[in-house]
Amino acid sequence: MYLTDEQQAILNGEKGETMAKVMKTLVMYGDAFGADKLIPITSEYNHLVTSFGLKMISPVYELMDQLIQAGAVSTQKFSMDPRPVDKNVPANFLQNLIFNKIMYAKQDFYEDQLQQLGLLDQDAFTCACYLDQVGNKPQKGEILSWAESSAVVYANSVLGARCNRNSGIMDIMGSIAGCVPHFGLVTDEGRKAAWIVKVETTKKPEAQLLGSAIGMKVMEDVPYIYGMDKWLTNGLDDSACAYLKDFGAATASNGAVGLYHMHNLTPEACEQGESLIVENARVYVIDDAELQRVQDSYPVIWKNKDAKPRLCFVGCPHMSLQQLKDWTEAVEQGLKNAGNKKVLIPTVFTSAPGVIREFEKTEYAQRLKATGVVLSYICPLMYMNNPLCGSMPVITCSNKLRTYTTARYYTEGEILEKITKGGNR
Amino acid sequence: MKEFKGRVIAPGTVTAEAIVTHGGLNTLASFQKALQFGDKKATCGDQNNPDLYGKQMAGKALCLPQTIGSTTGGMVIYCACAMGRQPACMLFSNPIDSLAAAGSILASVWLENVNMPVIDSLGEEFLSYMKDGMTVTLKDDGTVCVE
Repeated sequence: MYLTDEQQAILNGEKGETMAKVMKTLVMYGDAFGADKLIPITSEYNHLVTSFGLKMISPVYELMDQLIQAGAVSTQKFSMDPRPVDKNVPANFLQNLIFNKIMYAKQDFYEDQLQQLGLLDQDAFTCACYLDQVGNKPQKGEILSWAESSAVVYANSVLGARCNRNSGIMDIMGSIAGCVPHFGLVTDEGRKAAWIVKVETTKKPEAQLLGSAIGMKVMEDVPYIYGMDKWLTNGLDDSACAYLKDFGAATASNGAVGLYHMHNLTPEACEQGESLIVENARVYVIDDAELQRVQDSYPVIWKNKDAKPRLCFVGCPHMSLQQLKDWTEAVEQGLKNAGNKKVLIPTVFTSAPGVIREFEKTEYAQRLKATGVVLSYICPLMYMNNPLCGSMPVITCSNKLRTYTTARYYTEGEILEKITKGGNR
Repeated sequence: MKEFKGRVIAPGTVTAEAIVTHGGLNTLASFQKALQFGDKKATCGDQNNPDLYGKQMAGKALCLPQTIGSTTGGMVIYCACAMGRQPACMLFSNPIDSLAAAGSILASVWLENVNMPVIDSLGEEFLSYMKDGMTVTLKDDGTVCVE
C-alpha cells in the first residue's frame, strides 16, 4: 500500500507508539482488502456504533483509555448510536436493577471517555444521525469512517457519501488518523451493482419487508433496483427518505448491504443510470408472492408462539419527525375506529433526542401522549439484548430488531391494528 | 490427511479441534452471553445457528464462511480475545468480511500475547469437508492440515 510521507512517519512512530498502532491498524485493515492507499476523511463529523456501557466490553474501555492518555483523540467530533437505557421505557424492578446496576453499569464512565475522545454533544445519541434535527448529514462524495450499518447504507445510497461497512472501534481509528483505506465502497468500482432487482408488486411494498428480501438475496453485493419510482413519485422528499431509511436498515441487517442504487431516485442512479450495473449482473424479481414468501419464512422464536405481546417497539432505526407525526395520526384514527382511548399493548416509539425535542414543540406531542404511546431515545436492540427482555413477547415492524433479537415482526399495518384494536394476538 | 491453502490475515501456528458452521457466524449473538456472564468456554448463544448453538467456541478451530450481523462484530471479537475466550483460530472459506477482519486486526495490534491466527479464502470444498471434532493444524503460510 502506498503511504504518504506523513502517514509513513506516523507508522514509524514519529508521533508516538499509540499513533503508530492506530496507523498500523488501518494499514492492516486496508491490506486485507487490497487497498492501494489511505485517503483523507472529508466529512465534518464521524459517527460511532458502540454507544453502550456494557460491563462485558471492559477491554474497549482500556483501549479508549490508552488512546486518551496518549492524546490520540478523534480529529472530528462524532455522534453515537442510541443510549441503551431510558427510564421512560416500561421495565419492571428486576429489569431496571439488571440494566442499571449490572449490564450498563459502565454507561456514565464510558460516556465520560467519549466526551474526551470527541463526542459532539450530550444529545448526539441516535442511529439516524443524518436526520436534519441531529445535524450529522454528510454531503455527496464525502469520505466517512462510520460503522453503524443502517447509517452507512443511508449515507452511501441516499446521500451519495462514501463509506465502507466498518466495525466498531475501526470507526474511531479512522477519525483519529484522519484517513481510511481506499477499497470497496469508497472506490468507483466498488459502487457498481452486481444485482438487478425488479420490483413488480401491485402495491407500494412495505419498506422493511422489501429491504429484508433484497438483503437476504444479495448479501453484501450492491443492488440496482428498478420499479420504486412508481411508488416514490416525489423524488427524495421527507416521506421517501424515511422509507429509504427503513428499507436500507433492513437490507443491511437481513443481509450485509452497504449501498444500493434506486433507478431515478438515488443520486448516483440519477446521474449514472444503468452504467452502474456490471456485465452479467444477476436478476431478482420481487412480486407480491415473493414478499409474502419472505415474511412467512421468518422464524418465531418466542417460547410460547401464542403469547400475548407485552411490548411493542416502533423506530429501529429511529423515526423521523414526519414519521412521528404520521404515526400519531394513524394511532389516533385506529383507536377511534376501534372505540378505544389508549393503546392496548405497551408501545414505545423511538427517535433521536433532537427529533424528540422538535416533536415536543408541536401539538402532536400531547396527542401522542394521550394515546398512551411512550416516546423514547432508547436503542430497542440494546433493550432487548439480555435474557430477561429476550424472553418477553415483543412485537415490532422493524426487520433489524427482528433479526438481532427475539422480537416478532409484523407489517406497519398489522402493528397498528394490534396496538389499537388488540384482538387475536 | 487433507490440506487446504488459504490467505494469511493474522499469522500463527496452532493445532485444535474443529467446530463448523455452514451459515455465517453472527458474532454478537454468538459471543454476547459468554462475555456477559463469564463463560470461559464461550458457549455459542446464537439460537438461530443450529450448527453452533450450545457448543464451545473458545480454543476451537472455528470453520465458517464469513461473519454476519451487527457492525459491533469486530469489537466483540476484540473483547473475546482480550478476555481469553477466543477460538484457537478462525478459518474462513470465503474472503474475509470487514467486521471479522477488523476484530482480528485490532486484537493482533492492540493486545499482547494473543494468538488467534486467521486464514481466509480456503474455498467451498474446505467447508464441505470439515466436520466437528476433526483435528486441524495450521502452518504459518496459510496451509491448513486436517486429520
